[in-house]
Amino acid sequence: MSNIEERVKKIVAEQLGVKEDIATDASFVDDLGADSLDTVELVMALEEEFECEIPDDEAEKITTVQQAIDYVEKNAQ
Amino acid sequence: MIRYSKVIGTGGYLPEEIRTNDHISQTVDTSDSWIYERTGIKSRRIAGVNETASSMAEIAARQAIDAAQIDPEEIDLIIVATGTPDRVYPSTGCLLQQRLGIKKCVAFDIQAACSGSIFALSIADQYIKSGAARKVLVVGSEICSRVVDWADRSTCILFGDGAGALLLSSSSEAGILSTHIHSDGEYEDLLYCPNPQAATELNKDESGFVKMRGNEVFKVAVNTLGRIVDETLAANNMKKSDVHWLVPHQANIRIIAATAKKLKMSMDHVVLTLENQGNTSSASVLLAFNEAIRDGRIQRGQVVLLEAFGAGFTWGSALIKY
Repeated sequence: MSNIEERVKKIVAEQLGVKEDIATDASFVDDLGADSLDTVELVMALEEEFECEIPDDEAEKITTVQQAIDYVEKNAQ
Repeated sequence: MIRYSKVIGTGGYLPEEIRTNDHISQTVDTSDSWIYERTGIKSRRIAGVNETASSMAEIAARQAIDAAQIDPEEIDLIIVATGTPDRVYPSTGCLLQQRLGIKKCVAFDIQAACSGSIFALSIADQYIKSGAARKVLVVGSEICSRVVDWADRSTCILFGDGAGALLLSSSSEAGILSTHIHSDGEYEDLLYCPNPQAATELNKDESGFVKMRGNEVFKVAVNTLGRIVDETLAANNMKKSDVHWLVPHQANIRIIAATAKKLKMSMDHVVLTLENQGNTSSASVLLAFNEAIRDGRIQRGQVVLLEAFGAGFTWGSALIKY
């Protein structure tokens, strides 16, 4: 498991209050019970953790754990 | 001698009608639990058909005057923050002056949307510190229910009506320690309320109702409010633990909680009123401050941080030794 994947999953677990193991293909809204503000807060937490800024139009496309990992791998450290 | 602006009295007014989430659910597609989970709001107050920003301001102002035990004639400046004035002009400040029967004072309005009362406090503090005024009445009064579209479920659930007031007096004791206000007009599109009377050919079909892109506003609000708290504490060489109470603008429990979390502040030290008031725009901070003073939570000598964020965007803070 990559370091980025672990860090993303940790943030998702914290932000959405998920206690079980998080599947990489899990959807924030459909599988993890996030509402629209949760997803905004999640993006903000990712920005803080990876010290990057995710533009709103990019943020809208991040709807699963995998998409968050992909975005971070491509755009941040 | 250093002059400070000392808080000598506060007041608040909420209209009688209580509009619950269940009531709103009868006319738009939403529910009590949906609204509560996303906003922290259960009900809001709605002004009566004959109430206005100035009539509500008068009740809150008289309460503050009574608490301060002063003669209204001692007031030499009235500043009213409102986005829902009785008239385009005269200002609501002048209408309030007339209602209070004060002949010799200056009165005007300021408009900074939900940050209005912080902007008004900042102006009042400058007047007192410079010696240009000795007693200043600051009021935030709003009838948001008349500028929200009750068919728009994304905004009508958020707002409420009310008025908050505060009296400041020139004093050798602290007082307001500092105020910080900011604006950035770049964000007009995320949160605005059109004025149909001032419409051009381009926007003549717009309604006079609030328009908001909530998720984007949320993100900017949380980031900005975190920064202004840090800025305020740094300016006073203080730590978060020096602040006894945070009195935030009551827009949304999620914004307040996210800000508190960012600041690592316990919610036990945050004054919350929005559950039964909703977002009363410029009135909210003064209403919350008044409530926590009257119920004994905020004690003399304690340090209180007021902060707000609103359309513009505008944002600001006031650090007060009560």
